[in-house]
Amino acid sequence: MLEFFWTWIWPPLLIAIHSLAVLVVLLVLLAFLLYADRKIWAAVQLRRGPNVVGPWGVFQSFADMLKFVFKEVVIPAGSNKGIYILAPMVTAVLAMSSWAVIPAAEGWAVANLNVGILYIFAISSLEVYGIILGGWASNNKYAFLGALRSAAQMVSYEVSIGFIIVTVLLCAGSLNLTEIVLAQKSSYGLLGWYWLPLFPMFVMFFISGLAETNRPPFDLPEAESELVAGFMTEYGSTPYLLFMLGEYVAILLMSAMTTILFLGGWLPPLDIAPFNWLPGVFWFLLKFCAVFFMFAMVKAFVPRYRYDQLMRLGWKVFLPISLAMVVIVAGVLVGFGWAP
Amino acid sequence: MKQSVASRAAQIANAMLLKDFVSAFFLAMRYFFKPKPTINYPFEKGPLSPRFRGEHALRRYPNGEERCIACKLCEAVCPALAITIEAGLRQSDNTRRTIRYDIDMTKCIYCGYCQEACPVEAIVLGPNFEFAMETREELFYDKARLLTNGDRWEREIARNIAMDAPYR
Repeated sequence: MLEFFWTWIWPPLLIAIHSLAVLVVLLVLLAFLLYADRKIWAAVQLRRGPNVVGPWGVFQSFADMLKFVFKEVVIPAGSNKGIYILAPMVTAVLAMSSWAVIPAAEGWAVANLNVGILYIFAISSLEVYGIILGGWASNNKYAFLGALRSAAQMVSYEVSIGFIIVTVLLCAGSLNLTEIVLAQKSSYGLLGWYWLPLFPMFVMFFISGLAETNRPPFDLPEAESELVAGFMTEYGSTPYLLFMLGEYVAILLMSAMTTILFLGGWLPPLDIAPFNWLPGVFWFLLKFCAVFFMFAMVKAFVPRYRYDQLMRLGWKVFLPISLAMVVIVAGVLVGFGWAP
Repeated sequence: MKQSVASRAAQIANAMLLKDFVSAFFLAMRYFFKPKPTINYPFEKGPLSPRFRGEHALRRYPNGEERCIACKLCEAVCPALAITIEAGLRQSDNTRRTIRYDIDMTKCIYCGYCQEACPVEAIVLGPNFEFAMETREELFYDKARLLTNGDRWEREIARNIAMDAPYR
């Protein structure tokens, strides 16, 4: 009986507990980062931002969540009901499931997959389905146009993100996120992380990340001046909350990916006494928040791109550069014998 | 438009180095730390002029006697026809008083003519501007409501009238 428990019940239970812990931490973090996002945006515009709920308004996100949850779910008469309800769930579930492989410190990932980065890439490609389904099922021209834009945008930028990730993989020699972080460990400390040797890739990854997650300045799918709210036009209440959740979790994932691929994950900036006393998760969160701060700042100071500019940037600038960089990085690695 | 090679090269270099975005980032950071000009509204309020024309009030004399003598000048001058008055004799001392004094706040345009017309400073527009209601019916003010307003805002109204007196 006991053996049955330890072989068949305990491992799935452990995985469930792990996943639950990750989700709870992630969602609580998300609530505060959402608040931070709004505060940063407000500060740049010389506004105060949310400051009423709780001290300095830190509980604003929880108040918003309650508001969304207690609202009535309105399903448009002409919509495809099943898909209409399914779409936000797809978005939220997919966005959260990719967090399974993110290591916040050494060995902290729920699943230490050998192909972790492929898994993330596959899941984030699937996320476009949530948006397409939502836009189509709403039976609304604005929602549909928003969904089409979003699909085109995500597909375009996934190509360049793919090549950017390939250059990192070439340097690290592994698809495992933990090993990618460990490959950045060197005696140079923070100068040895990939952001410096692969600086153009770092910047392009960040910009592609903005486009991939429909963040401003590439938030064309929900450009309110032309498309009302894009694919979310017909959504309200909890389904809308799930869309927002999925979108922001995807943004957090992009920040985490930037941290892991280019900023050395949980590694301390210098591997000497005062820095390596702190646990790895502290450094991870610090870098993660710094990247998120940049995500929030970009929203505040860059005006929205026009749709053709977005496509031009993706296909005519990022794709050739990233493709060339794959060749250059590979050539340099082989030429100097640095390939792992 | 013909462009010189050098300026085209400079343009491309600027675009590649994200010159605009980097400078925009530092500009944004400067704004980030600037003091915020926003007034924290429900908790902080901006200054109001003594002439500010807000919610109406019917005032009383210090001995508690209502000022209004039902002359109906306000009703006559009101351009929006928001005021309705019925006059009559009061039972106790046979003085002329209002039986009804209604102001339809949904019609009122806050021009302040009623206050200007009033010979006894009975009807005034007080400094209160936060009287949003949930229903339309609540905005049909009657005499009791206006007198209550007068009692509640008497201090502010008296001060405003005193401050504005030298300019009249």
